[in-house]
Amino acid sequence: MNNAFIAVLRRDLLLAWRSRADLLVALSFFVVVASLFPFGVGSDPDQLRAIGPGVVWVAALLATLLALPRMFSQDFDSGVLEQLLLSQEPPVAWVSAKIAAHWLSTGLPLVVVSPLLALMYGLEPGAIKVLALALLIGTPILSLIGAIGAALTLGLRGAGSLLALLVLPLMVPVLIFGAGSVDAWASGIGLRAHLLLMGGGLFAALALAPSASAAALRITMD
Amino acid sequence: MNLFKFSSPQTFYSLAGTLAPVFGVIAAVLATVGLYISFFAAPTDAVQGEVYRIIFIHVPAAWMSMVIYLAMAFWSAIGLGLGTRLSFYMAKALAPTGALFCFLALWTGALWGRPTWGTYWAWDARMTSQLLLLFLYFGHIALTNAIEDARRADKAGAIIALVGAVNIPIIYFSVKWWNTLHQGSSINLTKSSMASTMLIGMLIMALAAWAYSIAVTLVRVRSIILERERRTDWAAAEIRLQGAKA
Amino acid sequence: MLEIHDLACLRGDRLLFRRLGLSVQAGELWRIAGANGVGKTSLLRLLCGLATPDTGEVRWQGKTIRQERESFHAALLYLGHAPALNDLLTPLENLHFACAAAGDAVSPSDCSAALTRIGLGQQLDLPAKVLSQGQRRRVGLARLFLATQRPLWILDEPFTALDVAAAAELAQVIAQHASTGGMVIFTSHQEADFGMPVRTLDVGAFSA
Repeated sequence: MNNAFIAVLRRDLLLAWRSRADLLVALSFFVVVASLFPFGVGSDPDQLRAIGPGVVWVAALLATLLALPRMFSQDFDSGVLEQLLLSQEPPVAWVSAKIAAHWLSTGLPLVVVSPLLALMYGLEPGAIKVLALALLIGTPILSLIGAIGAALTLGLRGAGSLLALLVLPLMVPVLIFGAGSVDAWASGIGLRAHLLLMGGGLFAALALAPSASAAALRITMD
Repeated sequence: MNLFKFSSPQTFYSLAGTLAPVFGVIAAVLATVGLYISFFAAPTDAVQGEVYRIIFIHVPAAWMSMVIYLAMAFWSAIGLGLGTRLSFYMAKALAPTGALFCFLALWTGALWGRPTWGTYWAWDARMTSQLLLLFLYFGHIALTNAIEDARRADKAGAIIALVGAVNIPIIYFSVKWWNTLHQGSSINLTKSSMASTMLIGMLIMALAAWAYSIAVTLVRVRSIILERERRTDWAAAEIRLQGAKA
Repeated sequence: MLEIHDLACLRGDRLLFRRLGLSVQAGELWRIAGANGVGKTSLLRLLCGLATPDTGEVRWQGKTIRQERESFHAALLYLGHAPALNDLLTPLENLHFACAAAGDAVSPSDCSAALTRIGLGQQLDLPAKVLSQGQRRRVGLARLFLATQRPLWILDEPFTALDVAAAAELAQVIAQHASTGGMVIFTSHQEADFGMPVRTLDVGAFSA
């Protein structure tokens, strides 16, 4: 394995652990947003069961979005990003490590907490499993797409809302297939097509997003 | 002939100055003919009555919004690949026209939807993809405007244009998929066989949209060239000349 | 050998300098001089390949640094304005990460030896946020001890926030690197005694 990849992954995970209070805030945001919907749409169990997967997915999307600026901004301010760009290792290696660490510290906790929210929406055990599985495949795609936006908006005024405008439309397909997988399972169509498409999306994002993010970082630092 | 000659902003500035009025006139003539055919010559639709005539604007606008985004991605790729400044200027000049057509397509779609579907907005696959395309345009324009350093703005805009272009087919496919799952009782454009006058009208309007887009893009790229190249001697001279005229 | 041809740098709307040329040979010590805002840091970032020049090119061993990015960056140590520290990590963790990410195989014990040598032996395991400016600076400078195999050092204001003794020691480390066949390019507001000739490039002379 590549040295820079391991060094960056280790360090970013260590940093995530040391600032775990911040990560808990992002996770709480996820739970709070998802719990708001019943107050808006009413507590009819059937309706809640129908909107549950979609609500959890939208909340996951927003929580990911909220955590995205953290991916590069600290290192941008402190000069670490400059040093990384001067590493003799290819940028794709350490950019991938940063994305991986970001997903492990912000995306994976969402997957772990999602069954709790699914229970609150009255989803059946089978549907809860499907939802968690879909989030497990889908949230890395969100981090990968988000990395490109985070790199492009680094250091800009109003970077947060600009980032949302840039990446949310790109995340719509993930939302469609992610939330749709639960419906497909429930209606008996079967999960196969949804999971294959999302898996394919994950591979495509893994292949393209790190180099696009690396190019974006190079442009940002120029 | 050396094609690279025209990648010089100075040469292209004068070329664009010559071509813009030509395309402007073509657009005006085609639009006049096209609108006449659309609103007077084409027969009333058997099912929808007169309302359908709005598709003479709607369909070309929707086509154009898609074509322009692809053109932006094309120029962005050339710019990043070859480092030609003019390509970035072209991408930047195209964006507002693309957004305008995208908006026009949504607006006319809503106006058509009201009498036909009974609602201004339906979460129909075409309308939804069009909306997401509009967001992509907004994102591109917002990003390039938020970055102060012009060179960074050019390249960042190019990356997001390319990422968007890769995503457009995925978005379209996923929205279509979503639409068939969630709205079985979907609404369809009435596929009544089009009269040939309708087809000709549509074609002429589409060509008018092309000519208009080319004309305004050339005008816009000229002002972008002047702004970006203002430190060069020729551009400074040109700016003084225009100032004296005004 | 590092060569610069006909370099021009545009920042925002302003042309900072143009037609700047320079050739740095092994064993040479170069100081980049000029008033504030003349483009010293911009020049260093261009030399590193972090920024792209408006015109001209930078060559390392005869090849442009764009072509030979990896081998050039393997030969380069750049210490910028900011010390590149994370506040939540200790000096030891910061230094070890900096070396590993750059691609150097350096053990934690090498890192702690380097930090001790630069006078941070007592602070090895404190989070970086409690360090003073001078101490933060030194964590970055400790990399100099671990990067002697990298021939080209580019240092942006290395003497800032250092006390007299630390500055004298830094000057000695720099002079030793140059005298053993390295190349050092630096900017500085302070005078320092290197005990060897220092060549000067005045960026102001190339202002547009």
